[in-house]
Amino acid sequence: MSNELAGVERFEDPGLPEHKHRKADHDAIAANKAERQVAILFLLSAVGTVGTIASYIFIDTKKFIYLPILGNTNAAQLALGTGLAASLFFIGIAAVHWAKTLMPDEEVIAERHEFRSSDADRSEFVKTVKERSGAAGLGRRSLIKRSMGVALGLIGLSPLVLLRDLGPLPKNQLSTTDWSSGVRLMTDPGGRPIMPGDLEVGSVAQVLPELPAGTERTLENIGKDAVLLIRIRPEEFNLNAERLSWTYNGIIAFSKICSHMGCAVALYEQQTKHLLCPCHQSTFDVTRAAKVIFGPAARPLPQLAITVDADGYLVAKQGFTEPVGPSFWERNSA
Amino acid sequence: MRLNKFRRNRFAGPVLVVAALLTVGSAFSIASALPSAQKSEVSAQSTLVDEGKQIFLKGCSSCHGLNAEGGAIAPSLIGVGAAAVDFQVGTGRMPMADMSQQAMRKKPVYNAEETAALAAYVASLAPGPAAIDPASLTWERDGNVAQGGQLFRTNCAMCHNFAAQGGALTNGKYAPSLMGVAPQHIYEAMITGPQSMPKFSDKTITPAEKLSIIAWIKSSQSEPAIGGASLGRVGPVTEGLLVWTFGLGLLIAVAVWLATKAR
Amino acid sequence: MKKSEQIAGNVAGYIDDRTGAAGWAKKNLTKVFPDHWSFMLGEIALYSFIILLLSGTFLTFWFDPSQQEVVYNGAYAPLSHVSMSASYASTLHISFDVRGGLLMRQIHHWAALIFMAAIVVHLLRVFFTGAFRKPREANWLIGIGLLTLGIVEGFLGYSLPDDLLSGTGIRIAEAIIQAIPVVGSYLSFFAFGGAFPGHAFIPRIYIVHVLLLPGIFLALITVHLMLVWYQKHTQYPGPGRKETNVVGYPLMPVYMAKAGGFFFIVFGVTAFLGAVASINPIWLYGPYTPGQISAGSQPDWYMGWLDGLVRMAPPLETHAFGHTISWNILIPGLIIPGILFTGMALYPFIESWISGDKQEHHLLDRPRNVPNRTALGAMSLSFMLIALANGGNDIIATHFHLTINGIMWFTRIGLFVVPPIVFIITKRICLSLQRADREIVLHGRETGRLVMTPEGEFLEVHEELTPEQKWTLTQHAQPAPLQLATEDAQGTRSKSAGIKGKLRSRMSAANAEQIAAPTAAQARELEGGHH
Repeated sequence: MSNELAGVERFEDPGLPEHKHRKADHDAIAANKAERQVAILFLLSAVGTVGTIASYIFIDTKKFIYLPILGNTNAAQLALGTGLAASLFFIGIAAVHWAKTLMPDEEVIAERHEFRSSDADRSEFVKTVKERSGAAGLGRRSLIKRSMGVALGLIGLSPLVLLRDLGPLPKNQLSTTDWSSGVRLMTDPGGRPIMPGDLEVGSVAQVLPELPAGTERTLENIGKDAVLLIRIRPEEFNLNAERLSWTYNGIIAFSKICSHMGCAVALYEQQTKHLLCPCHQSTFDVTRAAKVIFGPAARPLPQLAITVDADGYLVAKQGFTEPVGPSFWERNSA
Repeated sequence: MRLNKFRRNRFAGPVLVVAALLTVGSAFSIASALPSAQKSEVSAQSTLVDEGKQIFLKGCSSCHGLNAEGGAIAPSLIGVGAAAVDFQVGTGRMPMADMSQQAMRKKPVYNAEETAALAAYVASLAPGPAAIDPASLTWERDGNVAQGGQLFRTNCAMCHNFAAQGGALTNGKYAPSLMGVAPQHIYEAMITGPQSMPKFSDKTITPAEKLSIIAWIKSSQSEPAIGGASLGRVGPVTEGLLVWTFGLGLLIAVAVWLATKAR
Repeated sequence: MKKSEQIAGNVAGYIDDRTGAAGWAKKNLTKVFPDHWSFMLGEIALYSFIILLLSGTFLTFWFDPSQQEVVYNGAYAPLSHVSMSASYASTLHISFDVRGGLLMRQIHHWAALIFMAAIVVHLLRVFFTGAFRKPREANWLIGIGLLTLGIVEGFLGYSLPDDLLSGTGIRIAEAIIQAIPVVGSYLSFFAFGGAFPGHAFIPRIYIVHVLLLPGIFLALITVHLMLVWYQKHTQYPGPGRKETNVVGYPLMPVYMAKAGGFFFIVFGVTAFLGAVASINPIWLYGPYTPGQISAGSQPDWYMGWLDGLVRMAPPLETHAFGHTISWNILIPGLIIPGILFTGMALYPFIESWISGDKQEHHLLDRPRNVPNRTALGAMSLSFMLIALANGGNDIIATHFHLTINGIMWFTRIGLFVVPPIVFIITKRICLSLQRADREIVLHGRETGRLVMTPEGEFLEVHEELTPEQKWTLTQHAQPAPLQLATEDAQGTRSKSAGIKGKLRSRMSAANAEQIAAPTAAQARELEGGHH
């Protein structure tokens, strides 16, 4: 052990302290008491097991009981669980108490052995490896070495290629939604078309696009199509002419899929006109086309251009002009 | 101790201050309790709208303006309707106790009759949504709990949390817990959109759907703690806290016991 | 000989004939293990793993990972006629229709949280006591591997029921994958079998969660334990304890009873939690759909620091040449965790490079005697805690009447400002404790008893420490900082004269900052002076 103070006189190691005996070591009464305690603990475990099985058989799963702190809890679940817990716990406590009070507790010293092999063994090892790899001819026969390298290098590619059918290529799926010119906005849930008059100033609606008849709406559709409709007073908008033309009488539509990591951004603060995404707290300003004003989102929510159709229902003027949802490498973000 | 001598006692000062505080405090409590007594006297004499106007002028106009036109610190009440008043006053949010970010639900200051009077007054200013009669909310019979849950999770959970326990908004605002809220107040909140909450008009969420939402909220409130203590129904944060305090704490305590020598 | 002894002898003979087991069995039954409560933290993790295997197997008998859409008509009325995936429906079935099902689900999830917590405290114990030093570097690496895989395994596990909360977590994971430059969208479509959420992801992670990762865990844990067994456990310094011995208790009967008993205790406490505390009430979250979200959505605690980092990230994205790189996702989601875990994994090698220490160590360090390492550990911990706090900023805000914006800014700045402060304070505290140790060895413990000498002088009686205590406080090695030669014997500039060498020298000097431990000679000198 290298030691700064090796040359200087250090305090001495006084060796293992004297063993202190426990009561149970010399007092038979105390030992018997400990034995009884261990026995009681084991028996408590047995009681727990009996309780567990009894509650499984006899307690109605629909029964609820009231307990402080827990509230109205399911009686069967509670009884099963506490019974199981007791049956396990007390075995453990019994075993530990037994070890602490009755099993020998004198400290034992064992020597460590050096891991290091002897120098002779080490050089033997090196010699053996050298001889035998030499015998294999790897060093001399470079043709074998190179061709083996090629074979082993290539073999790893097959499993990778076999994984190709894990999924389709993205193609343009990340950039398209079911919104296009003339598609009606439908309430979610409920599936009813919406007229501008249905929305008061200060109200919101969750909408999904009307799908062609017979098409089933999948979660993959919802994951791209979900839109939030918000109505404010038209004079409160702070938009350029183009974006203003995408609104209708104070009603503005945004993709509900957060531009950060895809959570649903539906938390609308009516007075501040901010949208908050609860996942990472990105905050978007509705009056300025969902511009990001706080949080980690780097892009505003895509805005959906809306107008009304001949029947007076709100429809999309066109699809989204940019991909919705989180960013990706191929996204040509302005 | 004669009074003269007491004047020179070193405790005289503090005792006097405490006595003064008690006197003024009691006087204030009595005085602030008086208006209710006065109000009930008034109601016997005027019509509902007039009564409402009186209460309004005394308790609300200092922030909302003498004609409820609003101002820098409080919005205009013209057109908000009886529903908004019934909600705000009925849940105790108004009158607001302090000028903080958000009005908190608390014990209502005005009783039902006074609230109705205020509502009638505000309704008389301009057309607005009517207060909801609790008897008309047949949510127990007509509300579909499962459908209400779907509606709640799509329209409400993002602010109020999946179990209606409430959630954070920006800059200190919050969506409150919906536990223990009267059905008519839930309905009125949806149609009037109090403070940060948006409005959910009857066309986007139909009255039947609103009944289902109420049914689900009530079902959630009365739902037993099926798996044991619910830990606040706010998700993994409290679960993690329990593990690091009770769970690991208990296990480490046992380990310390295990390694200690017996006597 | 009793009948039972005879039978036992026959059985032992049968096995020994075929395996020669008697020799190593005898050797190992008498193997000595040192006894300290802090050595049981890894055991908590090990036993939690076994509990996870047992409860998890139970759950697989009823769980269906399929994403096929079903309409629910089971026992939980608030979800009747609601469309959901089969995985969500089967989890509801386990919770409400299988007796003991909810209990097992809860035991499984509580065990997972305890598993991760135990790994972390075990890691902290190993770190602060220097148990990762030679020859145990490999075990440290395995441990970091177990930590990393544990985080993944837990995330995959709670994502299996496909509820609103965990589905949101998968959405976020998908966004991280998608954000990877060049290959992100391809990796995402391959992982999910198409567009998010798809039908393939949950069945695939099911196999990873119940087969692949548990298999890897079993292998790693086995090697981890075999190394501890073979290299023998480290021990705290003290009287009679040397680098060349192990002082403790034998496996049979003491350790079998204590360790075996502890397994049952851990299982019992976990079962108790499963009985009385609700966890992951998926029926309240509802089935996952991308159009819904709940306020206060967080991952499980062991991923909270990741969520916190993502929340506080500045909104940085690069848009150039028709491509987008989302630094706001890559930095907190992949780059910082990568740096952290790589740094953790390499730490034993970094420390031995700094200190030049190539010796074996079987005696543990008292944290105060290695102030630099202790300060570094405290600093890293403070970093993680600040990130973790931000992960729950919305819950903290509503419960303590703060603002999410305020907490966000506090943690954004705090992440950089607080750790160096914690480093400095911790190091100073360690050095102060060393000074206190030195004082108490040289001057004894102040008893508070006053004695008056005949001359009228008042003296406080100091109680001298016992030889055992003196040894424990002074036995530690205090290596000098590295002296790197800038020139060799011929005067040629050596390798260590460059920047790397200078850096190493300076770090070594900082690392070796210590208060010199008192020597017996100094104590005697003082004693002479006292009287």
